[in-house]
Amino acid sequence: MSIFERASDRRHLLGINGLKPHEIVDLLDRAENAVAVSRRPDKKNSVLKGRTQINLFFEASTRTQASFEIAGKRLGADVMNMSVANSSVKKGETLIDTAMTLNAMQPDILIVRHHSAGAVALLSQKVACSVVNAGDGQHEHPTQALLDALTIRRHKGPDFHQLTVVICGDVLHSRVARSNILLLNALGARVRVVAPSTLLPRGIEQMGVEIVHDMRAGLKDADVVMMLRLQRERMEGAFVPSVREYFRYFGLDAEKLRHARPDALVMHPGPMNRGVEIASDVADGPQSVIEEQVEMGVAVRMAVIESLIGWPGDNR
Amino acid sequence: MTGASRPFADDPRSMRPVLVEGARIVDPSRGLDATGSLLAKDGRIVACGSEVSGQGAPEGTDRIDGSGLTLMPGLVDARVFIGEPGGEHLETIRTASLAAASGGVTSIVTMPDTNPVIDDVAIAEFVMRTARETAVVNVFPSAAMTKGLAGGEMTEIGLLKDAGVCAFTDGRNSIADPALLRRIMTYAKDFDALVMHSTQDARLTGRGVMNEGLFASWLGLPGAPAEAEIIPLERDLRLAALTGGRYHAAELSLAESAEVLRTAKRRGSNVSGGVSINHLSLNENDIGEYRTYFRLSPPLRGEDDRRGLIAAIADGTIDVVHSAHDPHDADGKRRPFTEADSGAIGLETLLSAALRLHHSGDLPLLRLIETMTSAPARLLGLDRGTLKPDRPADFILVDLDEPFLFDETMIRSKSKNTVFENARFQGRVMQTFVGGRKVHDARAGS
Repeated sequence: MSIFERASDRRHLLGINGLKPHEIVDLLDRAENAVAVSRRPDKKNSVLKGRTQINLFFEASTRTQASFEIAGKRLGADVMNMSVANSSVKKGETLIDTAMTLNAMQPDILIVRHHSAGAVALLSQKVACSVVNAGDGQHEHPTQALLDALTIRRHKGPDFHQLTVVICGDVLHSRVARSNILLLNALGARVRVVAPSTLLPRGIEQMGVEIVHDMRAGLKDADVVMMLRLQRERMEGAFVPSVREYFRYFGLDAEKLRHARPDALVMHPGPMNRGVEIASDVADGPQSVIEEQVEMGVAVRMAVIESLIGWPGDNR
Repeated sequence: MTGASRPFADDPRSMRPVLVEGARIVDPSRGLDATGSLLAKDGRIVACGSEVSGQGAPEGTDRIDGSGLTLMPGLVDARVFIGEPGGEHLETIRTASLAAASGGVTSIVTMPDTNPVIDDVAIAEFVMRTARETAVVNVFPSAAMTKGLAGGEMTEIGLLKDAGVCAFTDGRNSIADPALLRRIMTYAKDFDALVMHSTQDARLTGRGVMNEGLFASWLGLPGAPAEAEIIPLERDLRLAALTGGRYHAAELSLAESAEVLRTAKRRGSNVSGGVSINHLSLNENDIGEYRTYFRLSPPLRGEDDRRGLIAAIADGTIDVVHSAHDPHDADGKRRPFTEADSGAIGLETLLSAALRLHHSGDLPLLRLIETMTSAPARLLGLDRGTLKPDRPADFILVDLDEPFLFDETMIRSKSKNTVFENARFQGRVMQTFVGGRKVHDARAGS
């Protein structure tokens, strides 16, 4: 049984940039079906029977890699994980050599995470199979943005034009923020970023967002509050003076959350730094949809993988 | 010129005289743009101009019909990185010279960023000797101004200059310590030595790999802010004023840098500036989707900067246009953008790319050619870049209008990292002469 009917003409998913709004909506619709499949006792189908999926992670990741692995397996594919962070790359093999080697093993799809922006696109030029960007440096993380959108849609409905989404924290280093800004703008949401100026990229004012440096003001009328992770090495004086100062002004606690709309969703791409960017009671509170994001992650990745390689007649 | 290396060690008097007749002569050193002829004998120019005729040519002269062609001084390229010694797999002095000859460059000024670094007399002499034995164009080495390019101790500026080094530079590096730079400029002044300095603050640049701004932010690439170039430039120009030394800002990439230099020149400082043809031809958008061949240092900037730099050439603020020839192999470029080598080759395309600025009407031909001939020669103290009588017969014949597609098969350089692959050019070097000897003929495929 095939979940999806229409064949895709897109071989890779390298970023949200380049996706048209109807393609985004289509992926979300497909993912909605995958949610239903995933909630059945028998979660497995055989659309991708005989297909090979390789998860190629040049950067350590637990949750994203697991999510892609489960997604591939639920579709019936053979999934192999390659954690390159501690193998051939350490022996000096270049990205392109790794790509050529894996390509020779005839996979149908590569899921790739790399610490350098553009590396996944570079790799996609050198292989014959489909490639999904699972995060490239500070560039894009498209499946994260799609799963965030799916989560939002399930709570707030399909019309994003009415929504105000506030993205808080380390936008400068965040590929999640870039993909979300692109996607939310494509669907017509109003996007606001809240961060200290040291954590905002140059040109942010031209990226289709409002910029607010005071979190309470920034949360006003928010329908969705997306918190971003602050890397440990950036909290001790390099970009912000200290954890306690950051939490005071930019950490999401119950008091600050009261400035958002009462039904505002609280989101986080994980892994969370509790007490740094988000207080535990908020992360675990009634407005939090953080666990649901994880569930939607599997569904979105099923939709993406199947739309790339799961259509009949693809007999490469 | 002391230490100038000649191509081939044979006796120039054994060469046949050359007479080019009926060419358009463009010689910025004399402000000359007129139809005329050139006679060269024994490796030197006998006469050149509209008053010169073939009557006086001695027997056995090679006669070249210059009609339809433009005759100009061979180019002097003031910023060329080569691989020899230490990186011969990227470029040797010989392969760089062949690339130069095919691009109409008859004199190259090499950077000291080699391995070992050109920071003492023995290594400078090695380069000059290798050039004499293997190169088909003139090679003038510059030397490091700090030992090992480490930014710590001054090199032997006097001895190096006496050995034939034409300028002092730390190549790609900028000296961070202002007190050291001040002492170098003060000391160099006693020897009338030119200090050529790259003005990129390494710490402010940080991990930056392209121009900081919206485009870099969308690509998720760390940016190098404009201020990383402007702050050291302003500092250097203050030190030049303080010391009175001859200072050349080697590699400008911003309209604002040109403005800063303009102000310093108005104050009467003995300063000059250079820009690569890349920064006059391209902007940050050419990087597109992480095209690593366009990763340069300083990075390609915005279109306003490119326009501003061209305007600064037109008004005389910027003196020199160079290729910034910087060979890298595919291994160094076929990497993610942040991990790729920085730099592009350019000897072969310098003139053809520059002629776009002539054809577009951005710059008058005489002014444009001046920045690649007499201007760098004057700064570097070379008796080149001119068609005046008794000077070495380094000249080129150019078809200003010939269109051609620059493809990889035309690259003579050992490395192929050009930013002009498959570029359409108008204007091609047909023949190149160095010391009266033909070293390139486009028709012969040499």
